[in-house]
Amino acid sequence: MFVFPSFLQVEQVKLIDRFSTSNKSLVGTLYLTATHLLFIDSSQKETWILHHHIAAVEKLALTTSGCPLVIQCKNFRVVHFIVPRERDCHDIYNSLLQLSKLASYDELYAFSYNPKQNESKRLQGWQLIDLAEEYKRMGVPNSNWQLSDANRDYEICDSYPRELYVPRTASKPVIVGSSKFRSKGRFPVLSYYHRDKEAAICRCSQPLSGFSARCLEDENMLHAISIANPAHHYMYVMDTRPKLNAMANRAAGKGYENEDNYANIRFQFVGIENIHVMRSSLQKLLEVSGTKALSVNSFLSGLENSGWLRHIKAVLDAAVFLAKAIAVENATVLVHCSDGWDRTSQVCSLGSLLLDSHYRTIKGFMVLIEKDWISFGHKFSDRCGQLDGDPKEISPVFTQFLECVWHLTEQFPQAFEYNEAFLLQIHEHVHSCQFGNFLGNCQKEREELKLKEKTYSLWPFLLDEQKKYLNPLYNRDFSQKLVLLEPNTASFNFKFWRNMYHQFDRTMHPRQSVFNLIMAMSEQNKQLEKDFKELEAVSNLTGRLGKKECTLSHRGKIKCVPRLPFMLTFTELRGFAWVSCCLQHFLSCFCCPGQEGN
Amino acid sequence: MEFAELIKTAKVENVQLSCPGLPPIKGTLCITSHHLLLSSQPGGNGEQGTVELWLLIRNVDAVEKRIASSLGTITLKCKDLKVLQLEIPGMEECLNIASSTEALSSMDSVMMMYPFFYRPQSMKLKDGWQLYPLQHYYQQIAAETSAWRLSCINGDFTICSSYPPAVIVPATVDDKVLQKAARFRQGGRFPVLSYYHKKNGTVMLRSSQPLIGPNRKRCQQDELLLSTVLDGGERGFIIDTRSAQAAKQARMMGGGTEPKSSYPRWKRLHRPLERGRLLQESFIKLAEACNDTSLSMDRWLSKLEGSKWLAHVKAALSTACLAAQCMEREEACILVHGAEGTDTTLLVTALAQVILDPNCRTLTGFQGLLEREWIEAGHPFHFRCAHSAYSHARLKQEAPIFLLFLDCVWQLGRQFPFSLQFNERLLLVLFEHTYASCYGTFLCNSEKERCLCEVKEKTHSLWSWLNQPSELNTHLNPLYTYNALVIWPSVEPQSLQLWQGLFLRWIRSSQYLDEAWAEIHRLVTSCEDAPEESAGRTLCHSQPGAAYPLTITGTANEG
Repeated sequence: MFVFPSFLQVEQVKLIDRFSTSNKSLVGTLYLTATHLLFIDSSQKETWILHHHIAAVEKLALTTSGCPLVIQCKNFRVVHFIVPRERDCHDIYNSLLQLSKLASYDELYAFSYNPKQNESKRLQGWQLIDLAEEYKRMGVPNSNWQLSDANRDYEICDSYPRELYVPRTASKPVIVGSSKFRSKGRFPVLSYYHRDKEAAICRCSQPLSGFSARCLEDENMLHAISIANPAHHYMYVMDTRPKLNAMANRAAGKGYENEDNYANIRFQFVGIENIHVMRSSLQKLLEVSGTKALSVNSFLSGLENSGWLRHIKAVLDAAVFLAKAIAVENATVLVHCSDGWDRTSQVCSLGSLLLDSHYRTIKGFMVLIEKDWISFGHKFSDRCGQLDGDPKEISPVFTQFLECVWHLTEQFPQAFEYNEAFLLQIHEHVHSCQFGNFLGNCQKEREELKLKEKTYSLWPFLLDEQKKYLNPLYNRDFSQKLVLLEPNTASFNFKFWRNMYHQFDRTMHPRQSVFNLIMAMSEQNKQLEKDFKELEAVSNLTGRLGKKECTLSHRGKIKCVPRLPFMLTFTELRGFAWVSCCLQHFLSCFCCPGQEGN
Repeated sequence: MEFAELIKTAKVENVQLSCPGLPPIKGTLCITSHHLLLSSQPGGNGEQGTVELWLLIRNVDAVEKRIASSLGTITLKCKDLKVLQLEIPGMEECLNIASSTEALSSMDSVMMMYPFFYRPQSMKLKDGWQLYPLQHYYQQIAAETSAWRLSCINGDFTICSSYPPAVIVPATVDDKVLQKAARFRQGGRFPVLSYYHKKNGTVMLRSSQPLIGPNRKRCQQDELLLSTVLDGGERGFIIDTRSAQAAKQARMMGGGTEPKSSYPRWKRLHRPLERGRLLQESFIKLAEACNDTSLSMDRWLSKLEGSKWLAHVKAALSTACLAAQCMEREEACILVHGAEGTDTTLLVTALAQVILDPNCRTLTGFQGLLEREWIEAGHPFHFRCAHSAYSHARLKQEAPIFLLFLDCVWQLGRQFPFSLQFNERLLLVLFEHTYASCYGTFLCNSEKERCLCEVKEKTHSLWSWLNQPSELNTHLNPLYTYNALVIWPSVEPQSLQLWQGLFLRWIRSSQYLDEAWAEIHRLVTSCEDAPEESAGRTLCHSQPGAAYPLTITGTANEG
């Protein structure tokens, strides 16, 4: 057997199913490699856990059968090992602590990950998503919006990208002045431009207004944004925070816009809680969902107490408000929270997703994440705890975004080109640190890390295996290019996302997957259509095969009734080399595809 | 005629009908002995208006009226959970319509109900009533073993008024023994065969509680009957659907449960399942929570929890799994009973069969199961489904046990989407027809009553309508493939879901989900024109053979 290069190898380790009520367990060998923890059970099944995915390791009190070790992962996998000897357990525990908490970026997996790809392909991969191209697709620059070079060298805001789109009427002094009046210099810039409505989603951070401070440039900036929309003379300013939080910020010299100081704005709070509330909410959710032998009532009351679905609803409600303001009222909306990189990213990206069907395609969704999350400086490194840092900075803001998207895919099964597996895979890699995209907290930092030189981009890899992520029910015509998706956000529409939080607890999943089946079937249908076209061409050629009626019945088994001018046996048919692929399908209708059962 | 006396105003013009999600319609409202009809305003050139609403009055669960000056508003809350609003000009007319609807909907006499008057041209009266005779089921068992016989001891319903004329019992036990054993069981429901597990020859029996009473009575014949079922050293399980304490307390009222001393080879397991009033209240609370679309997330979750409905689903599925496990894995025979043996008992035996037996998961097999384990087995449909979740009437014997069964089957369908031959639509149709129907299948409480009312002679069978090819197709699951395996569901709360298709059917639009299913259907059959019909929002039961466009199909104004 192949021996894994590992620091540590412990035999006779038991892996316990955390929900099983019986004490069944798998016995196997546990290895620690430089990047992964690996468990191979007696049936040679391998369980790989990336060290970066480990959120917490816990050593429980010694039992008669050994020393229990519980590992919680950021992708919500929880593994429960029992190590026969306490000493070994202690070693594993210490090694994992060291391996999962890294002090500097260059120790991250992305810098050693080598998919054996040549350099030009690696570079091409990084060019797959081009944001300038995306802004062009939206229709900017145009007569109202232009590219600003104010931040070309990150001089006014180091957490923004270099290239920013602003109203043409906003002069450089206005931009600079406005940025000085905004938290972290994050002044109002364009996030999404709605070509048909000529309305825009803009984003920024909170103003440094305190109780009474004003800034003429900032007022001018908002005015410039407002008049960049020719149809409308009012714009919404959405503060995505609860009013109380925004008011408390005033005492620290921050706060929110005073409607009296800004011409023609409609100010609106939408009440999404901050990162700390979200972190503890998820914590509570996981505590509940991880409980063994959970009753329905404790699950529901736990779900309620965690507040998780309330937060998901709040985020989606805000996005719906934003999208409606644009699609129904033709109004431009400026979105901010405190720093404008968490809630603002959620609301802007979800709003765009509701407005523009492009973001509901695989490529479009990558663009959306690159634009509203990566380039605008959502602090992935801090929020995902990529390095050993302040645990209070960790928060599931991006996970919530994915969950909102999942809820939309549930309500609109035909509107999205991608499926749940795509969302789960992105979530996996946001935490894996295997690719360069999500490392660091902002573009400036990423440039300093030379990610484009030293690491790979995730997106081309996802595109390569996009078959796995396609939604077979996707209907391109489902929504015309710019027609608003209007989800129902009544509370009963929100469900616990089992496939995210119990992704690895297979016993809880449906035993048969409609999705996989449909996927296989639509593949097969395409193949069959192709085969029959070929067959028909052949039959026209030979004139031996007559008209055929072909229908696909259950599970893609084919019922083919060739009306042959004279009887052809299978053996004869086999004689035609060209139809052999078709014959495969003929024969497959006699053997039932594998059943998943118990 | 009695009906005519109840109808004070037969026809009102200019009535506006509205229901959530659909544009309001104006038209003429007519009330007949069994239906409320609303036909839209006829065109100017003397054309007939189209019938927009065709509501079986039996379907009305509650009538609420509000009068403001000369305009009256009647809210009709239906048993299938939809809510309709009628705005009626004229106070008197409004009051008359309301009182007629109320009186006609609460008529208690079975013989006066619509199935006895419904005569569609395309169907023959006797069809469908003999589709699933117990004899057939018995023959299947007889082909495997000679240990069982069909007894006609209850031919005249004197031994047990809620059993069918024929029952399957151990071959070596003669009718005299049965007669004595019946006297020892509540309502005469002595242990009979419910299911024969071909794979290993184990059986599931069902009965009512034994009449142990405070004096710890015993019955030799009952003990003999049960011990005959077990071979040599075999042991069996008794699944009592009450808690150990409740079963013990039942002794004070003359009931009880099998004591270890008299039934030494049977091991008792207690799995309390809710029934009766508490279950009905659970249903009422859930419907109430679903109807309030303005609830905050916290209120919604706490109301969902408070209704306890999903807890009942979990309990029912778990108990059925336990029963299935005893047979499949322990290879043991089991006896299931609660108190009367007509509610939770049937819930468990029927569900266990769906889990164990692939034949029960086919469309005809499922109909046969319902016929055998619910209808013939004497589930008192007339009492249990007299009112649904909206009624203001004082609760009597209502309980949504059968709905709970349908919900559990739906959960199985969610977890094993290829293993049921029928789809959600069939479950919805069954739910509707248990509460209000133009067919006689779910009328009355037992075979005895059905005999007395001549239901099988004078009404049509639901099955004969369902099994018409055109109907059949709409109830098939396009993804079905025969799955010979036992389907063990996950009963973790994370795996159970609210049955939105039923509880939110009239509250939220299912347009996109229906379209997705149509697409799945299209992909599977790969036909150009997949039937677009869905379990969606039609305002009245389809009335086979009727010449009207019966559904509100107008483009729903969603959003």
